[in-house]
Amino acid sequence: MTRDSAALGSARPGSAAPARTLGSAPAPLLRRIVLQGKYETVTMLRNGEQLILAVVLPLLAMVGLTVTPLLDGFGASRINVAVPGILALCAMSTAFTGQGISTGFDRRYGVLRFLSTTPLGRTGLIAGKILAVLAVLALQVLVVTAVALLLGWQPDPLGWAPGLVLLVLGAAAFTALGLLVAGTVRPEATLAITNLLWILLGALGGIVIPAERLPALLESIVQFLPSGALGQAMREAFLSGTVSPVPVLVLLLWTAIAGGAATRWFKWN
Amino acid sequence: MVRSPESPVLSISGLVKDVGPLPTLDGKMLRVVSGLSLVAERGQVTALLGANGAGKTTTIECAQGLQKRTHGSISLLGEDPDTAGAALRARVGVMLQDGGLPPSARPIPLLKHVAGMYQDPWPVGELIERLGIDSFSRTSVRRLSGGQKQRLALAAALVGNPEVLFLDEPSAGLDPQSRQLVFELISELRNRGMGIVLTTHLMDDAQRLADYVYIIDAGRNVAEGTVAQLLQHPLPPEAGEQHIRTLLFEADPGLDFTGVLPDGVNVTEARAGSYAATGALTAADLAAITAWWAARGIMPRSLSLEARSLEDVFLDISGREIR
Repeated sequence: MTRDSAALGSARPGSAAPARTLGSAPAPLLRRIVLQGKYETVTMLRNGEQLILAVVLPLLAMVGLTVTPLLDGFGASRINVAVPGILALCAMSTAFTGQGISTGFDRRYGVLRFLSTTPLGRTGLIAGKILAVLAVLALQVLVVTAVALLLGWQPDPLGWAPGLVLLVLGAAAFTALGLLVAGTVRPEATLAITNLLWILLGALGGIVIPAERLPALLESIVQFLPSGALGQAMREAFLSGTVSPVPVLVLLLWTAIAGGAATRWFKWN
Repeated sequence: MVRSPESPVLSISGLVKDVGPLPTLDGKMLRVVSGLSLVAERGQVTALLGANGAGKTTTIECAQGLQKRTHGSISLLGEDPDTAGAALRARVGVMLQDGGLPPSARPIPLLKHVAGMYQDPWPVGELIERLGIDSFSRTSVRRLSGGQKQRLALAAALVGNPEVLFLDEPSAGLDPQSRQLVFELISELRNRGMGIVLTTHLMDDAQRLADYVYIIDAGRNVAEGTVAQLLQHPLPPEAGEQHIRTLLFEADPGLDFTGVLPDGVNVTEARAGSYAATGALTAADLAAITAWWAARGIMPRSLSLEARSLEDVFLDISGREIR
């Protein structure tokens, strides 16, 4: 209808006593982010399915790769070839699948919208999620490393520094991809996509099984995937203590492109 | 920024919001708010009253910075919500229509978490007691009843002890006891000087809580005023058979009231012996009709007077057709 506004006089009842103690200052930025990171970390660790994905399946894959001849012929022991890829798989589990699914459902339930109205804000929320991914990843690295050392893993000591940096870079690329999926499709679709890609990339994406062992067609593709690039770079670091620029560049590109796309298309509601 | 106690907490002027492009509209944009204006004061409850889809939620989400407006200006505590930072967000509490609480969370850790975002929050223990949350404090959000969820969402909106509180359909899903509790708290907060902005499609909410009501329809203002002012809203010219008051009574069937009541008051006999006199009834009209009964020895079996409700006003203004 097109009826004009019918104002009924401007008299308004008198205001109550002026505000006394209302209103608060925000907690400092760093404290807000750390709190959110802690909260999300605890939520992730309490989630049974996520724990299976984050710890149990990578450990099973590691054992599987040491008792089968899949990784024979690389000039190093099976466990030495397997562990760097398993660490890369952990980053994909937590940053892409776990974080993607939880963000997707948080979006569905309006959690992202509510928290973005608190002093935390959208930036703090994303920063908190990144912090939680890094915290869970750190726990995964500790557990996987401990079990791997028991199984006889002998990493190149020079591999730790570049290896951990690469792992963080891989987590950044996968976090950006997870946010892109979670922010653009329904949570059920996010669940399906991120789980399916975890299986596909885990098996055929060059992350735990080196590209050379894959069919010729895949071999040329996987080095440009974040999974293949991270797996390859991690193996190089921990087997020989070296880093080559191509996989690093591939990971940086994925981070930039997926991050840009997520910033552009992420829907908060 | 100069802050005087008189400055409104929220001022919206000429708000326009387009959404889309929508595939259902051949890729065109849909205008959900078209030129809406309102002002909300400290220490008052300001209600946006309108049917579902009138643009209430879109309007307050633009004010909260959750949606970007297409045109118009919004000043929330003197700042533009689109560019405001944490300092402004700390002074504003928001209760969303869908709650926005993580389903796996438990009430107390969740409230403590949100409280941590503020320098000087409302003590969580106090809020829990005030809103009766202790009775379900060990239950996860997904297992809470509608009313429990609403109370928790209200606590989460209040934990920063805000100067402005936004409530989107606050009584949705509330059982009568929770509703009483929530309404009492809202009144108390208003008296402490909080500026409260709520949306509702329930006339009763507006009638019980609001100091000032904006009736909105199809994304624009159609009327505004205190509840008392709105109840005196003149009838629209096209209203025809609509009424201000109705006198309902039961007596002998087939009575002829011609000449008893002034023009503009119609008496209808809906069922045999069941009458309704509708129109701008005055005390003199009531005296006339009872005198007429007395003269003829008629004693009605039942008698009641229905005043005009905010619902009537709302329907008069926004039209009675179902959309």
